[in-house]
Amino acid sequence: MEKLRIVHFMNQFFGGIGGEEMAHVSPQSKKDAIGPGTVLQEVLGKQGQVVGTVICGDNYFAEDMEKAAHEVLRLIESYQPDLLVAGPAFNAGRYGPACGKVCHVVQEQLGIPAVTGLYEENPGVDLFRRSTYIVKTANSAQGMREAMTNMVKLALKLHAREQLGTPEEEGLISRGVKKNRLAEHLASERAVDLLLKKIKGEPYRSEMRLPRFEKVPPAPPVEELSKALIAIVVEGGLVPPENPDRIESARATRYAKYPISGKDTLTQGEFAPVSGGFEKAFVAQNPNRLCPVDVLRELEREKRIGKLYDYFYTTTGFATSLASAKQMGEAIAKELKAAHVDAVLLVST
Amino acid sequence: MKLELGVCLIKDIRFADTTRISDHVLCVNKEELTTLLLADRRLGSLDLEIVRPNERERIIHVLDVIEPRIKVEGPGAVFPGMIGKRERVGEGRSHVLKGVTVVETGQIPGVPEALLDMTGPAAELVPFARTCNLVLIPQFADGLERVECANAIKMAGLKAAAYLAEASRDLQPDHVEIYDLPPLPDLDEGVKGLPRIAYIYQLQSQADLCEPFVYGDNARKLLPTLLHPNELMDGAIVSGNYEMPPCFKNVTYTHQNNPVMHALYHRHKRDLCFVGVIVMNEHPTLHEKERSAVMAAKLAKDILGADGVIITKEGGGHADTDLMLNCQRCEEVGVKTVLVVDEPAGPDGTAPPLSDASSDRADAFVSTGNSNESIELPSVDRVIGGKALAGVSDPPQGALSVPVMMIPSATSQVGFTRLTTVEV
Repeated sequence: MEKLRIVHFMNQFFGGIGGEEMAHVSPQSKKDAIGPGTVLQEVLGKQGQVVGTVICGDNYFAEDMEKAAHEVLRLIESYQPDLLVAGPAFNAGRYGPACGKVCHVVQEQLGIPAVTGLYEENPGVDLFRRSTYIVKTANSAQGMREAMTNMVKLALKLHAREQLGTPEEEGLISRGVKKNRLAEHLASERAVDLLLKKIKGEPYRSEMRLPRFEKVPPAPPVEELSKALIAIVVEGGLVPPENPDRIESARATRYAKYPISGKDTLTQGEFAPVSGGFEKAFVAQNPNRLCPVDVLRELEREKRIGKLYDYFYTTTGFATSLASAKQMGEAIAKELKAAHVDAVLLVST
Repeated sequence: MKLELGVCLIKDIRFADTTRISDHVLCVNKEELTTLLLADRRLGSLDLEIVRPNERERIIHVLDVIEPRIKVEGPGAVFPGMIGKRERVGEGRSHVLKGVTVVETGQIPGVPEALLDMTGPAAELVPFARTCNLVLIPQFADGLERVECANAIKMAGLKAAAYLAEASRDLQPDHVEIYDLPPLPDLDEGVKGLPRIAYIYQLQSQADLCEPFVYGDNARKLLPTLLHPNELMDGAIVSGNYEMPPCFKNVTYTHQNNPVMHALYHRHKRDLCFVGVIVMNEHPTLHEKERSAVMAAKLAKDILGADGVIITKEGGGHADTDLMLNCQRCEEVGVKTVLVVDEPAGPDGTAPPLSDASSDRADAFVSTGNSNESIELPSVDRVIGGKALAGVSDPPQGALSVPVMMIPSATSQVGFTRLTTVEV
C-alpha cells in the first residue's frame, strides 16, 4: 500500500520562525516535517509520510481569516495530500481558531479528512466544533505526544471511513449535536438509578446538561416616560385578516409591522391572532388584550407617556427556535432604534 | 392500601357473536359494543377496527390509548368520576387485560397529527405497538363543538375499555400482582435506612382539549396533592390532552401504567422506600407555579420525609418553568432531584432542549430523546382512522419522514420509552 500523504499546518512559533515578534508572517510552506511534525511522523511510522508543512503567523491569520485560509489552502493543495493535521494548538487563543478554520476549508474544498487538537476551553472549540473533528488535548505543549497519537488515530480512521464511536470513546470534543439512540432500559428505570446514586453521593452522569442561555442585560430605565416614544411588540401572531405577511402559527421565521397611527383602539375583525400557543378566543374578541393600543392611547392623552409609535410589531413565539427568535429580535430592535423608539412594551402569550 | 391486580394475558382480539375471553383471545361482539357507544348521540357513527403487532398498518388521528381494566372487588369503579362513581379507588381487586388497548381516534379541528405504526422503527418506540388494539373511529354529529367532540370520544374510549375488561370478571387471571403500600406511620417497617423516594407528577391542564382529569375533573384548579400509586392503576388520572403534540402529552395508558411509579414500587423495600406520589398541575401563571412548587417541595420534605424525588412533566415550554421551580424548591430543602425530560433540540439536534434553565441545581436529567428529530417510516398496507394526515401533505399510506413528535409517547415524559439522546 502506498503511504498516505499528510500535510501539517502550524503557526510561526511551532514552525520555528519566531515568537510574538514574528506573528505577522504570511503563509509559507516547507517540504518535510518540522517542529511538532517530527512527533507526527514518529507516531505515523510507516502508515504515512508528512510531505509538507504549511506555516502561518498567528496575527496574519487572525486579521483576515478568510483571506489567510484561502492562501493556506492553496499551499496545502499543492502537496496533493490525503489528510491534513492542524496543530495541536492546545489553549492558544489565535492558533486554535486558525487550526479550526483550516480544517474546515480543507474538508470542504479538498474533500479530504482534517483533524486538529484543542484544549476544551480554546476559543476555536466553540467556533468550529460543529464543522470539524477536534481531539481533546491538554492545555499546554507538554501533552504533545498524547495529542498527536490521538489525532493520528482519528485521522487514519476517518481516511479509512471507519464508523466512529462516541466522542468519549474517540477522545473527541463533542460537536454538541444531539442524536436519538435506544438505551438498554426504560427512562423511568434509569431515573431511579440516577436518583439513588445522587442520594448516596456516588458519581452520577446526567443524560443532559442544562442549556446555557445568553443573558441580556436590561436597558437602563426610561428617564422621562412622559416624553418617551413607546412601541408595542407582540409574539401572539396578531395579524390583519388573510394574514398578508404569512406569519406562521408556530415555529415562526417571519415578523411584520402594522400601522396603528390614528387608531384609538383595535377592533374585533381588524386584527386576529394566529399563534397556536394560547387560547385565542379572547384576543380575537378584543385585540387590545394582546396589543393594548386602547390603554396606551389613554396614557398618551394623560401625557404619562410621550407618544405611541405608529406601528406595532408582531410574530409568533410558539415553538419558535431560539435562533429564529434571536434573528427576528435583533432585526426588530434595529428598526425600532432607527425610528428613535425609547422603550418597548413586549407582550407575551 | 392494598390492590390485587389480576393480570389476564390477551394474545389476540377477534370480532365474534359474544364478547368473552377464551384461551387468551378476546372475542368482541362488535354490534353490541357499537350500540352501547352510539347511545351517546354526539357520535354520528362509529367504526371499530382491530390492529395487531407486526402488521403493516398505520393508525392515524390517534387521540388517546387506554388499557382495559375493571374493578372486581372493593370500593369504587375504574376511571372514577369519568364513568365510575366518585369513590375511592386503589383497594381490593382489579383485573387488567394485558396485551390489549383501546385506541381513540378522531378528526377534531386544531388537533395535531398523531400516528401509530404497528411495524418498523416507530413501533419499537412505543408500548402500544406491541399490543392488539381495538381502534375507535368516530364520525361526530353534525355541527358538534370541538369540546363536545373531545368529550364524546373520551367517554366512548373509557366505556369501551371498561366493556372489554368486563369480560374478565369471572375469569381466573394468569397471575395476580400485589400492590401494597401502607400508610406513612407503618411505611418504615423493614425499610429503615433505605432512601425515601417520592414522585412529583406534573400534569398539564390549562384549556379545553388540553386537560387531564383527576377523579373526573380537569386539574386546572388542582393544588399539589398526594395520590396513592394504586389509585393511578384504577384510572384516577385520565388524559384529555388532545391538542398537545403527541409526544409531549401523557396518554391514559401511561397514567394507568406509570413506569416511574412501577419502578419505585418494584424497588420498594429492596433499595428504596417509596413514600408516595405528589400530583400537581402546570398552571398558566407564574404566581400559581411558584405556589405549587413551594407546596410540592413541602409535601415531599415535611410530610413524606423524602430524601429524593423523581420529577416528570407534561408538555414543553412553560412546563419547563414548573420543572425548574420544583427542582429548585426541593433541592433548597435538601430533597435530591432527578428530572425526566423530552429534549426538543431541533431537527438538527443543536437547539437548547429546555425553554427554562433557571435552576442551577438541575444537574441530574434523564433524556427521553429529541422529539424534533426525524424518523423514517416505511410504507404500510393499510391506514386506519382517516384518509389524509393533519398538516402533512404526503399520502398517509406511503413511506414518511416525520418528526418523532408525531408518534404518541415515543419520547414519553413519564419515561415509558427507551429513547434517549447522545451528544456527538
